Amino acid sequence: MDDISQKLEAFNCPVPLSQHEAILLGHGSGGTLTHELIKCLFQKHLGNEYLNAGNDAAVLPSSNGEKLVISTDAHIVSPLFFPGGDIGRLAVCGTVNDVAMMGARVEALTASFIIEEGLPISDLERIVVSMEKACREANVKIVAGDTKVTAHGDCDGLFISTSGFGWLPSGRQIAGDLAQPGDAVIVSGPLGNHGVAIVQARGDLGFTSSVQSDVAPLNGMIATLLESIPDVHVLRDPTRGGLATTLVEIARQSGVSIELEENKLPIDQAVRAVCDMLGLDPLYMANEGKLVLILPEASAQKALGVLRAHQYGQKAALIGKVHEKSSGKVWLRTTLGTTRVLDMLTSEMLPRIC
Amino acid sequence: MTSSIPVDHRSPALTLKLAEQINAVITRPWNIMEICGGQTHAILQYGLDQLLPEQIRLIHGPGCPVCVTSLEAIENALTLAGDPRVILTSFGDMLRVPGASTDLLTARSHGADVRVVYSPLEAVKIAQVNPQKQVVFFAIGFETTVPAIAASIQHAHRNHINNFSILPANVLVPPAMEVILGSEALVVNAFLAAGHVCAVMGFHEYLPIAERHRCPIIVTGFEPVDLMTGILMALRQLEEGRTEVENAYSRAVSLEGNLSAQALIKEVFEPVDRKWRGIGLIPQSGLGLKDKYKAYDAVSRFGLAPTPIPESPLCLAGKVLQGLIDPLECPAFAKDCSPTSPLGAPMVSAEGACNAYFRYQKGN
Amino acid sequence: MCLGIPGKIIEIYNFEGTPMCKVDLGGAQQEVCIAATPEAKLGDYVLVHAGFALNILTDEEAQATLDLLRQIEDFNAAHPELSRD
Repeated sequence: MDDISQKLEAFNCPVPLSQHEAILLGHGSGGTLTHELIKCLFQKHLGNEYLNAGNDAAVLPSSNGEKLVISTDAHIVSPLFFPGGDIGRLAVCGTVNDVAMMGARVEALTASFIIEEGLPISDLERIVVSMEKACREANVKIVAGDTKVTAHGDCDGLFISTSGFGWLPSGRQIAGDLAQPGDAVIVSGPLGNHGVAIVQARGDLGFTSSVQSDVAPLNGMIATLLESIPDVHVLRDPTRGGLATTLVEIARQSGVSIELEENKLPIDQAVRAVCDMLGLDPLYMANEGKLVLILPEASAQKALGVLRAHQYGQKAALIGKVHEKSSGKVWLRTTLGTTRVLDMLTSEMLPRIC
Repeated sequence: MTSSIPVDHRSPALTLKLAEQINAVITRPWNIMEICGGQTHAILQYGLDQLLPEQIRLIHGPGCPVCVTSLEAIENALTLAGDPRVILTSFGDMLRVPGASTDLLTARSHGADVRVVYSPLEAVKIAQVNPQKQVVFFAIGFETTVPAIAASIQHAHRNHINNFSILPANVLVPPAMEVILGSEALVVNAFLAAGHVCAVMGFHEYLPIAERHRCPIIVTGFEPVDLMTGILMALRQLEEGRTEVENAYSRAVSLEGNLSAQALIKEVFEPVDRKWRGIGLIPQSGLGLKDKYKAYDAVSRFGLAPTPIPESPLCLAGKVLQGLIDPLECPAFAKDCSPTSPLGAPMVSAEGACNAYFRYQKGN
Repeated sequence: MCLGIPGKIIEIYNFEGTPMCKVDLGGAQQEVCIAATPEAKLGDYVLVHAGFALNILTDEEAQATLDLLRQIEDFNAAHPELSRD
């Protein structure tokens, strides 16, 4: 139990939550404010060894050797429909991916719908049909659900909360604190597409592009990967806060530093163009169909081959490596050979003009 | 002739070649101030400072309008945001900047209708589709944003969109340069002038400034090749004892600037005295609406009359903005002041010198 | 301040009396006001800031930089004492 108590130590709140008296949108950004809220409020009162491990899903012991993996995720997105997906596909894929990132076989989902009075039933049906399609693709069933309706104005159209359950084969260990010095860092494809697609779908910044959300279930690709490469250390989906925030989380959990090579990062030209225009950084934009993979360097090329053979990993790239034990820094080596430190996203990402 | 504008001004080979030349040319220490916060960010984002010899000290200037927008103007914006009749529109950067009481993001979380726009014209469109509301645009920025704001006012005027107005807070670069050069404490040897301000205004205004203060001024862009070219040009002048105005951004900037844009500004705006956060009142350093367009001034429309507000004594932003100290020399840096709980605007704005230092963890 | 990027004009139109264009930014298209660049035509590159064309960009390839490097090589040859190497 010693290591668990050490983890609890490490999750002591560094700063009080006192600066903000009310919840800001930034508390949902996935960045520093989100982490503060989780540590200083949720973990403070609800904390236990599973919650505090800070992974995408919890791994619970069971009697038959396999372990139970559980995750839950609430999905709010405006607008409900966006290029490349909708809230329904997002709600299925988000949770499927969280369970799969632990190396588990995803077994079942539950879903609860919080619906705003006045939502067209045709919209709801479109979303549910999209969920069915995503479930079929992920080979998973929604086994329980709930529906609540709020008064008009009490929620923004529709919120969907999903929980996911899966089984982790005995002996398999994949978690955010297992990155080792010398490991390779791989990402399964271009970065920032979901974030840019959402900004575009809101339609208030006057631009259009070909960018589509990458929202997709990754459990199939992960299963194939783990069949051929058993020594994966970390798998995580770089959702809110983007790749940079996710890698900082992993570096801190594992107590290592991570070096990225800027010219290896896969970023679509249209994503880069939108980010240049709005002063956004693709490394902090959300992804919903990507994974970060950290594994021994000796297995890296084989892993790339497996990922690239899959429809959701065609543009997988080796983007960096894990360095010695340290305080959890992530470095970017620029195309000029200079370096800069990447931190977590601070708060809500806002376009900047001047 | 086919156009070939997007050439590689991020070319690593050319950037490194320029760095090599900078290292070859320099013989003694020099202080170079980049006026524009966008340049500060680009320098740190690309790590250009790591390519420069130690003898070059880059001083990050006051060229972040978000940072120099006065507390009074921010309080005015907060007052307007709190008015249930008002939709306050703003560039994204202003939302996190702390006023005396709170910031616009927090105001929004309490129910204020605060909306981020990419262009001022979008704010006019919001006014058109919300005729029952008053839509105010928070008009911040240097000469760069002013033509767009002027065009939005003309658009509203032409189409009788009477529920649109602006909260004027625009500022001008040359008067601030004069203040910096007039400061006895400061030793700026050369300036990199803000390329996009110059795209609008040209650089003829800088000729007398360079001559009077014996200070080279280089009009500089924002890509690595642009910035290194600007630094190398400044260095050559310093080493050779010249004090001229040179243009390292000629694909976007001419001596006289964009005359149509200047005419647009003159049609709508006129110079006024303006208070700069951290620096104080600078005569004729801002732009206010001319009489013909006075009806679009939110200050008079809503009868805003704030009393002067003192700034936090812990925050040395004023000194940072004038290049008198480095952000790392501020006792509050990364202690009492961080991006999640900023004391002053330069820690908030993506272009603020303190924020840039914090994000790119200089000194660590 | 002043995020500004080059965009290529792919469409010119009028919005309620205000001259506008659509620019391509390399995979993304943005509406841009051209009230200050009335001479802009299809195919021109404009410098876009806050949805506004600040200027038409001239057709040159880092000319200032290349000129400078050329000059410096001459300068170094003429003043070996000022060169560190």
